[in-house]
Amino acid sequence: MRFVDEYRSGRVAANVVREIRRLQTRPWVIMEVCGGQTHSIVKHGLDRLLPDGIELVHGPGCPVCVTSLEMIDKAHAIAMRSDVIFTSFGDMLRVPGSETDLFSLRSRGADVRIVYTPLDCLKIARANRDKKIVFFAVGFETTAPANAMAVWQAAREGVKNFSILVSHVLVPPAIAAILQSPQNRVQGFLGPGHVCTIMGYREYESLSQRYHVPIVITGFEPLDILEGTLLVVRQLESKRAEVENQYARAVERGGNRAAQRLVGEVFEICDRKWRGVGSIPKSGYKLRYEFRDYDAERLFDVKEIDTKEPAVCISGKILKGIKKPHDCPAFGSACTPQRPLGATMVSAEGACAAYYAYGRHLNGEAASPTA
Amino acid sequence: MCLGIPGKILDCFAANGLRMATVQFGGITRQACLQYVPDAQIGDYVVVHVGFAISKLDEEEASRTYRLLEEIGQLLELETPAVDDPPDGEEK
Ligand code: SF4
Repeated sequence: MRFVDEYRSGRVAANVVREIRRLQTRPWVIMEVCGGQTHSIVKHGLDRLLPDGIELVHGPGCPVCVTSLEMIDKAHAIAMRSDVIFTSFGDMLRVPGSETDLFSLRSRGADVRIVYTPLDCLKIARANRDKKIVFFAVGFETTAPANAMAVWQAAREGVKNFSILVSHVLVPPAIAAILQSPQNRVQGFLGPGHVCTIMGYREYESLSQRYHVPIVITGFEPLDILEGTLLVVRQLESKRAEVENQYARAVERGGNRAAQRLVGEVFEICDRKWRGVGSIPKSGYKLRYEFRDYDAERLFDVKEIDTKEPAVCISGKILKGIKKPHDCPAFGSACTPQRPLGATMVSAEGACAAYYAYGRHLNGEAASPTA
Repeated sequence: MCLGIPGKILDCFAANGLRMATVQFGGITRQACLQYVPDAQIGDYVVVHVGFAISKLDEEEASRTYRLLEEIGQLLELETPAVDDPPDGEEK
């Protein structure tokens, strides 16, 4: 394992691991809820560095992965229209819907463009008045302020040929859904640092109290993750359940008020379907009624498409921390990042794709204890 | 896709009524919106996510985080071609 800085060297990491080992009296299952953290854990082998009894399971923290198949199919239906310029972040292009992906649609002539920021869509809209510009608004709380600003700005400027297909998801309701599941194994959480930069962590305090579960808001660097794990283990061993902030250098309890204010003006909370998991109550954003003219789902009236995941795929269980990629018979054989079958393989931040990227399909690793 | 990338504010300007900045990330510069960090100034380091600065941070933290993102291959979004707007008054 290689750390970026000398002063944050392997020695510090080794001390943290030693402290975890000293404290730990029994096995614990801890979930990280951020795709960036998952990536970092697998890349640096942090899960293998931890003592045997500490199991890290990977949560639903990749918005690309959890965007429902129905929503992706709707995106494809809209992108195929000749009067539409369909815009998206780059990581959605290869995500397969029931039949195709945006990348293939583009090669078949659809006008699909990758944008760096949703504000780019307004520039495209101003330059192409005869076309309808539709943006695929996916993401967690971190991305919502950007997408809210694009809509708010379009309304302010009177840009009429712009709309968004909203598939926003929220982290706290997903954590609640995991904890409510009868099969739940997760005993403590590493909270998503960058999501909390925006939202703060008040909501996590009520979750922690309600379910009596430790939540430590954690960054995504290797040492952050080890420190976050130590704080969770310390709480578990002393039977405490509270919210702690390992990532204080980036996260304040109240979050970014300016961002929250605009998100609240443009979006409201709704039920949302998660790929692999199903519908979770109050787990997404939709546009407020005042902004209905920017709602692509309403403007294009795309039908509900009934879609099914392949039966072999256990990504739903992986997203809830019940299973690991190795428990899936298709992992690395029938299912690869080039030909993904399910949610957790479609983006580099999904657990299956991260395991694959770092060669874990090659060395047979023990499946999870419940497998 | 939720990770922000730290960069340095080189200049500030208004475009279409929004407070914007040119932000330097390693060898690349991009435009970013400053509406969510109203007190950010030239020379400050900010975390930028999909074209929006979402928080400030200090220089040391910024450079360490940047190198780490580079190492885990999370800088891809910076490779997306820019659709840059000229500042107010010089609309193309
Ligand atoms: S390896 Fe593929 S099929 Fe198996 S759980 Fe992961 S995404 Fe689903």
